[in-house]
Amino acid sequence: MPPVSLSTLRKGARGTVTDVRDDAQTLGDEAQSTVSRRLLELGFIPGEAFEVIAEIWPGGDPMAVRLGSTLFALRRREAGAVLVSVEGG
Amino acid sequence: MSGPAPALDAMRLALVGVPNCGKTALFNRLTGSRQKVANYAGVTVERKEGSFVGPTRGERYRLLDLPGAYSLTPTTLDEAITRDCLLGRLAGESAPQRVICVVDATNLRLNLRLVLELHDLGVPMIVALNMSDLAQSRGFGLDRERLERELGVPVVETVAIRDGGERALLERLESLPAPAAGPTAEWREPSFEQIQQTQREVRRILHAAGYHEPARNRALQRVDGLVMHPVAGPAILAALLFFVFQAVFSWAAVPMELVDAGVSWVGAKLHAALPPGLLNSLLVDGVIAGAGSVLVFLPQIMILFFFILVLEDSGYLPRAAYLLDRLMGSVGLSGRAFIPLLSSFACAVPGIMATRTIPNVRDRLATIMIAPLMTCSARLPVYALIIAAFIPRQRVGAFNLQGLVLFTLYVAGIVAAMAVAYALKRTAMRSSYHPLLLELPEYRWPDLRNLMLGLWERLKIFLQRVGTIILALMIILWFLSSFPAPPDGVTGPAIQYSFAGSIGRALEHVFAPIGFNWQISLALVPGLAAREVAVGALGTVYSLSATGDDVAATLVPMIAGTWSLATALSLLAWYVFAPQCLSTLVVVKRETNSWRYPLLMAGYLFALAYLAAFVTYRVASAVLS
Repeated sequence: MPPVSLSTLRKGARGTVTDVRDDAQTLGDEAQSTVSRRLLELGFIPGEAFEVIAEIWPGGDPMAVRLGSTLFALRRREAGAVLVSVEGG
Repeated sequence: MSGPAPALDAMRLALVGVPNCGKTALFNRLTGSRQKVANYAGVTVERKEGSFVGPTRGERYRLLDLPGAYSLTPTTLDEAITRDCLLGRLAGESAPQRVICVVDATNLRLNLRLVLELHDLGVPMIVALNMSDLAQSRGFGLDRERLERELGVPVVETVAIRDGGERALLERLESLPAPAAGPTAEWREPSFEQIQQTQREVRRILHAAGYHEPARNRALQRVDGLVMHPVAGPAILAALLFFVFQAVFSWAAVPMELVDAGVSWVGAKLHAALPPGLLNSLLVDGVIAGAGSVLVFLPQIMILFFFILVLEDSGYLPRAAYLLDRLMGSVGLSGRAFIPLLSSFACAVPGIMATRTIPNVRDRLATIMIAPLMTCSARLPVYALIIAAFIPRQRVGAFNLQGLVLFTLYVAGIVAAMAVAYALKRTAMRSSYHPLLLELPEYRWPDLRNLMLGLWERLKIFLQRVGTIILALMIILWFLSSFPAPPDGVTGPAIQYSFAGSIGRALEHVFAPIGFNWQISLALVPGLAAREVAVGALGTVYSLSATGDDVAATLVPMIAGTWSLATALSLLAWYVFAPQCLSTLVVVKRETNSWRYPLLMAGYLFALAYLAAFVTYRVASAVLS
């Protein structure tokens, strides 16, 4: 199963994280922290199980993703940095 | 150090942890009410410090509650403060000698990375395994001793709601080795590879310590299925907010009548007990009628704060931010702006301070600029007074008409805020894209003790305001209203001939086009210091205007008899925007470090207030006549 971006998935999709791309998108003004760095710090690391549990209508943006036992809200644009392999997809 | 340490030289501890780990609840249990709330030098990040005495050696500790942080590489002002404080880089603040790192036992995967990052700093540290009772009852498995060995620092269990574990925590803390000179290693931002490596180490340690997570509680999953549902979710949010504002009116009715009766009783007793004259008038008309008319609104303010604290504690607020992200994005704000804006319903000052969790500086500025449009609790007395006087107490379907009008006023503020944000974000505060990335913590029953402590803080602040600023202004206003004495032989109320009467009539020229009489115009002036003072000022002015025996009559029937409905509606419209709050402007000055934004804020709010009141007055006059 080739990895796909988390941003392409709809509610109910589940699988495992395979990678986080360094997209150099900055996050916040207090330091040079990037979205990719924060995603890694929050636990989006290879091998971690996830499930898309909710999305806003219309457009499905932002989405809510369960990672392990923690829920996160993120927009499709941030989710674009996370590569995943989908279970049974 | 030579000789025994002086008693005053308390050891400096810092409480560190990721957001939502229950850090503040633990802080409250450790320090009780011995807390000092202030700001870090130069920034508006709230600095909470408490003190306590150790259980075995009687040593004194000073405990600093650092803002929640996911990482030492900051994205928000909060996180930057936490890192700088730990590294001793903060001006006027020495680095803590020992660190208590609080971790949520039900979310160790997210929490443990920070522990390892802190461990590398080399400060003596102890880990508080918080909510371990909850973890056990929910079916989490963990070998604490093994975790302790793997981490190489003491790990002590503490519990979420009740007392428990603090004593063990303190005993272990006292047995820690003497602190070194401070963090010796120069901290450096870890590389991506290093973060991944730390995360792998976290997983290895958790595995070694036999950590396992249960499947998520089915009931909570179903709750989230509803709360975060794209259709039901926003509907629940709207219903919840509506319920809160209904409750503010319905539940407060009885306690308010009691306070009102108490104030009137004290006023009447004093009036009868003292010989007629200036002192009698000062106490009855100035102090009791003025400060008392503000005090009446204490129950409503407490109920509003109660709901905000419950929502904060329960884990619902970040979900509301998720639900509203799209909507707020349409005017250029982030969903994160929801939490500071909701706090602004209580008071714009903490609301503006809470904007520091918004990572982007222009988003933060835009949120600050619209925060005063959220109807703060100080406006509640003004709204409540006018509504009680002019809106009949009747039911419209299942709803209370007075509550409905109040809800409309809140909605008007929100709609105006959205419009202003839209305009700002298209022009001066346009910003590039900024991500959301928000943790949605597990639902939790609010901790009764925290709730009570939070309400107690608010009660103290409110009573201090009534007792100091408001009381002082009322006395000044009484003097202005009583002197000079009217010339002999006139029959009208004395206040018309006083300084206050002259000021009010001068201001009336400005405010007559929007339907305000001289009493209202005058009341707006002390209202600059704090909005609710306007009510107290009306209390004093009307109390002194009364002739004959109706001095004891309360404000509501008085204004109901003298104002037109158009004037009342115009005043309501004015207060949706009214920029009259010096503390808000001062906080904006401090937050933005320039006078530009507070001046801009005062200017635009004044213009909007005048415009809205003008339109309301003209339309209402035309329709009603």
